Amino acid sequence: MNRRPGFLVYGLLTAFVLGSCAPLYWSFLVGSHSRGDLAGRVPPLLPGGHFLDNAQRAIEAVPFWKALGNSLLVSGTVATSVVFFSTLAGFAFAKLSFRGRTPLMVFVVATLAVPTQLGVIPLFIVMAKLGWVGSMWALIVPGMVTAFGVFFMRQYLVDAVPDELIEAARVDGCSMARTFLNVAVPAARPAAAILWLFTFMATWTDFFWPLIVLPASNPTVQIALQQLQSGYYVDYSLVLAGATLSTLPLLALFVLTGRQLVAGIMQGAVKG
Amino acid sequence: MASPAGPTPRPRRPWRSRLARWEAKASPYLYVSPFFLLFALVGLFPLLYTAYVSVHAWSLLGGQGDFAGLDNYRRVLEDRFFWNALRNTVSIFLLSSVPQVLLALGLAGLLDTQLRGRTLWRMSVLLPFVVAPAAVALIFGNVFGDRYGLVNSGLEAIGLDAIGWHTNTLASHVAIASMVNWRWTGYNALIFLAAMQAVPRDLYESAALDGAGKVRQFVSITLPMIRPTLLFVIITSTIGGLQIFAEPRLFDTQGLGGSDRQYQTLTMYLWELGWRVRDLGMASAVAWLLFLIIVVFAVLNLWLSQRAGSLAGRPHGRAVRRSRRDAAGEGVAS
Repeated sequence: MNRRPGFLVYGLLTAFVLGSCAPLYWSFLVGSHSRGDLAGRVPPLLPGGHFLDNAQRAIEAVPFWKALGNSLLVSGTVATSVVFFSTLAGFAFAKLSFRGRTPLMVFVVATLAVPTQLGVIPLFIVMAKLGWVGSMWALIVPGMVTAFGVFFMRQYLVDAVPDELIEAARVDGCSMARTFLNVAVPAARPAAAILWLFTFMATWTDFFWPLIVLPASNPTVQIALQQLQSGYYVDYSLVLAGATLSTLPLLALFVLTGRQLVAGIMQGAVKG
Repeated sequence: MASPAGPTPRPRRPWRSRLARWEAKASPYLYVSPFFLLFALVGLFPLLYTAYVSVHAWSLLGGQGDFAGLDNYRRVLEDRFFWNALRNTVSIFLLSSVPQVLLALGLAGLLDTQLRGRTLWRMSVLLPFVVAPAAVALIFGNVFGDRYGLVNSGLEAIGLDAIGWHTNTLASHVAIASMVNWRWTGYNALIFLAAMQAVPRDLYESAALDGAGKVRQFVSITLPMIRPTLLFVIITSTIGGLQIFAEPRLFDTQGLGGSDRQYQTLTMYLWELGWRVRDLGMASAVAWLLFLIIVVFAVLNLWLSQRAGSLAGRPHGRAVRRSRRDAAGEGVAS
């Protein structure tokens, strides 16, 4: 079958990609016009020259730098922790035999589909008891492990590390810890990078839980964004300049690592 | 590993070899236990404890009160705002999942060709995924502005009436669903694409020899072959879609789901009960009900797609098996 695409395929794809970019362009467009430009009409379709002014106003309207720092800290820590614990557990499930391995793995798979977001109320009660409400601990600790991460690393390591390699290492007198560090960790690197990226992005974009535990004075980027749109009159040049600005870090990550993201999704098992 | 593999192990003192044996036995448990301990603490325990909170009077500030039996559930089920939120959630979910899966399938079909600049196309369709739901909501809130919004201006420019995207119930659901569709269609298309690429190409060749056109091939070969992936996407989007929060919450400035709660979803209702009304008991009842609703929907989806599969898939399945045999035969020949 001839699967070389014609103009129709390229035309439809181009239309789709334009549709994917349009809202972002619109956000930048509105954010680049002054409040006066926008008063009572649709903005012109070319950007104005006020993006930096508007962005500056957005940065001053909310604790922007604090929010950025918090988001980087929380997302980076959570992603690193998920990768670490998932690699450890994934390696054991993939390559070590131990009593209870199968039932435990079944448990991991079963919890994949559990909407843990619905546990927010007890989680909040516990955080309040610990005095962590309002601090980044409340975001970091509940995110430190995911069932998905363990499942993902296990699937990868099953094929990536030959059993003979583990045996050879053991025969050579490597301890389990050294086998893990010298054999499993290097082999896990590509999957670990993908898991790190997706966990980072999921944590960065999270809104529900941070809204519950964080005060306006110590927000993440998403919560700061929400604060821009408050009061009865919405200053859209300010709000959308902020929305555009808040998207830049992930956009940069996307430009740098888009290939890995695509590969990660296409390797099948990335949860929505 | 660097040490020579020769069969002359250093004589070890017994305690060392005992230690080594113990290490080999204990290590697996040591490696999986951090996950299980943490998950039990921050994932499982909260979910179960929600049930405990839900059968008590429990205020956000005052803490645990008396045992209340099913009173919280009764109060939730008698609250018309609960039913309103349930209706809205299901409506937004249907409007976002059905078109999204169809669009993603079509898009994956387009991508599953020998495109020039393949990686670039794949990356481009993923672009919306990097925009956080909160930002998406702010942007679409403006695009769907009732006055001076992009969509309404467009409608007026071609002589149509403006639509009350924030006031009309169905219109607001369409606007909110479009945020979800915008963010997730490309992502799901890539998942479908991966599944499509695993379909053996000779199946298409033999189908083409039998005179099947491209659309027919898509329906009769591609769809049955990627069914497990289809199910995976439908189930995950059910679990995520029914918990939708950021998009409707940020669609206006008040965050309560519109002047008449016309787009208040169940998770928003849960939040309002817990952190506005400050009744954690009632909010927990909503969490458990939402959990049950998600399970029901997931099972329903599974059942529906299994039925759809057995109704439409049987003859196709046979055709696929036959052509797979053919393909295997050809494989030997080529």
